[in-house]
Amino acid sequence: MTAVSKVRALPPADGRPVVSYRLVRWHLIAAGINLLIAMSAGFVYALQYVGYYPFGASEALSPGHIRLFHTNLVAYGWLVNGFTAMTYYAVPRLTGYRVWSEKVGLLIFWAWQTILAAMAAGFLYNRAQAIEWGETPTGFRPGTFELDWIPVDLLVVVGAVLLIAQFAVPLYKARDQKLYVTLWYFTAGYVWLALTYLMGNIIPEWVLPGAAGAAVTGLFIHDLVGLYVTPMGWGLMYFFVPLILRKPIWSHSLSVIGFWALAFFYPLNGVHHFLISPIPDYVEFGAITTTIAIEVVVTTVVVNFFMTLRGKFGALRTSMAIRWFYVGAVMYFITCLQCAFQVTWLFQKVIHFTDWVVGHAHMIMYGTFTFWLFGVIDWLWPRIVKREWYSSRLRGWHFWLSVLGIAIMFIDLTIAGLIHGFMQRELNPWSDIIQASIPFWWVRTFAGGLIVGGLLCALYNMWMTARDGAEYVEEPHYVPVSAD
Amino acid sequence: MERLYTFVFVAGIGCFAIAFVLSMVFPWMSLGSYHGMEYQTLEELAVEPSPEFVELERAHPQAFERAFGAVSPASYAEALQLGRDLYVGQACWHCHSQYVRVVSNEEQRWGPPSVAREFQNALQQPQLWGTRRVGPDLARERGRHTNDWHVAHFIRPKNVSPYSIMPSYAYYFEADGTPRKDGFALVTFVQWLGTTAEGVDQ
Repeated sequence: MTAVSKVRALPPADGRPVVSYRLVRWHLIAAGINLLIAMSAGFVYALQYVGYYPFGASEALSPGHIRLFHTNLVAYGWLVNGFTAMTYYAVPRLTGYRVWSEKVGLLIFWAWQTILAAMAAGFLYNRAQAIEWGETPTGFRPGTFELDWIPVDLLVVVGAVLLIAQFAVPLYKARDQKLYVTLWYFTAGYVWLALTYLMGNIIPEWVLPGAAGAAVTGLFIHDLVGLYVTPMGWGLMYFFVPLILRKPIWSHSLSVIGFWALAFFYPLNGVHHFLISPIPDYVEFGAITTTIAIEVVVTTVVVNFFMTLRGKFGALRTSMAIRWFYVGAVMYFITCLQCAFQVTWLFQKVIHFTDWVVGHAHMIMYGTFTFWLFGVIDWLWPRIVKREWYSSRLRGWHFWLSVLGIAIMFIDLTIAGLIHGFMQRELNPWSDIIQASIPFWWVRTFAGGLIVGGLLCALYNMWMTARDGAEYVEEPHYVPVSAD
Repeated sequence: MERLYTFVFVAGIGCFAIAFVLSMVFPWMSLGSYHGMEYQTLEELAVEPSPEFVELERAHPQAFERAFGAVSPASYAEALQLGRDLYVGQACWHCHSQYVRVVSNEEQRWGPPSVAREFQNALQQPQLWGTRRVGPDLARERGRHTNDWHVAHFIRPKNVSPYSIMPSYAYYFEADGTPRKDGFALVTFVQWLGTTAEGVDQ
């Protein structure tokens, strides 16, 4: 197999730089603030489980509302802002063309933050929608077209369309190029995001009730992870890892297999969120089979990542970004391997409805995709603000607190889930299950505290870097490309 | 092959469409036409106000009149919808699942397993199955406890369930325990859960 991708230094920019650093910077800042709110909400929510919830007397700040803050701000506040920042950097670099317009970019930026505020305020006023991970208010009275809140769902679609237009311009100009693998993922990922969001928010709410609607809800939860977060995350790895290591990705063929298998199998997995349910069994079996197939796909991708690192293992010590990327990749493999087992009925009987699944969700959203974005921030932030990192020690604290926090949380919740599941099967009284879970909920709260602590180190470091960091010496930017 | 249009049309739209047909259109067709399930609107569900709703009116006549007027299909429908809105808005369904599986001895703990037909109605659109059971499953909740139990429980769950970690919803009730409109609606909705399963072929 001949090398079909390589890494080259970028030609000197002609006049205006290709990348709008302003847009990257703003989205990174918004991402950081959203993550802080989301994580704090998660921590406060965890306090409810151990009996120390601080806002118990307030209807607006009830634990249920805080839970919605946690999950939705992670998705729409942190991940969308973070991935958008990363895309604003990567797409112009890879295609050689600027995005549509910086002004439109600023409009999208402010529109998006306003949408998030309308969403959060909607949660406080009981306007959430009954779609898991898509609780963004429809704004309409149930089953009617009378407005009773800001129609957040519609605005999200408008925002997504503008974002797509923004990146469609450089991609369209590059339509005759042989696109680099990252761009395959980003292109498909944005198409999928728009389709997934429309499907998940409209069909169960307005078209299909009950069990058929549940199949779509499952598809929505899954597609948001599988068809937006995953392609963005994989694309990010295929872009930043070769760029930082200055060597091409190990195997082009494996990346082709990884892409097409993801595109084909991932969307078929949706129903696995509601197994042994009133959804027809043949649909469940299809979802189970393709979920196990996904594990094979993930293995090819992870092998490709690690073979790329071969001969450069020293980078795990010298580059903090590489360290975030590869610890994230290890956790990715663990989560996906776990998924291939937990999707079977054998496991589902016990672990569905328990903390096992909560541990799984944290491992993938935090341990993998958030870690990958932390890696991007670690590499990008000094180049964006033109300052060296203020403190290496704080970077280390952020890393180790985060790793320790997620490791403790994952192990703790997995064990708690098994105990809950078996006690449920053995018909122990429900109060016994709660009592058995409480020690694990304490440990989970402690682990959450570590994670929030790590994040505070990172945000303080970002702030001080922008303010006081030593001047950053510009070095040539490299970019991975497809060879013709 | 590695050109823009391949990724937009084949991967982006094409693969999505295949999944859409296999995991949405197929279950929709087999659930809808093969079993001839009829969809019940809110008005159809509320034709006959539940005994629990009538009992709420008897127990708190003045407060009930202020909130809903008299017991009627219309006031019952209003209470059910408001109750569901609060149940969704307060994210109750993230800790209380609403389907009984055929495994893990769930029939013995909760009652008959759930079937698709019982979810074919306006109050299960979108369905409230949930994916986590911090508290008990509520798919068969109707009649398991009295209205008074629910009022005491919503005000302070530990009143009736000493080890409960559920939050208090005391703000939906007066200081003396009389429900406000929201309180009536919540109790009515929770006492409705499982109604559509009655008389369904198992």
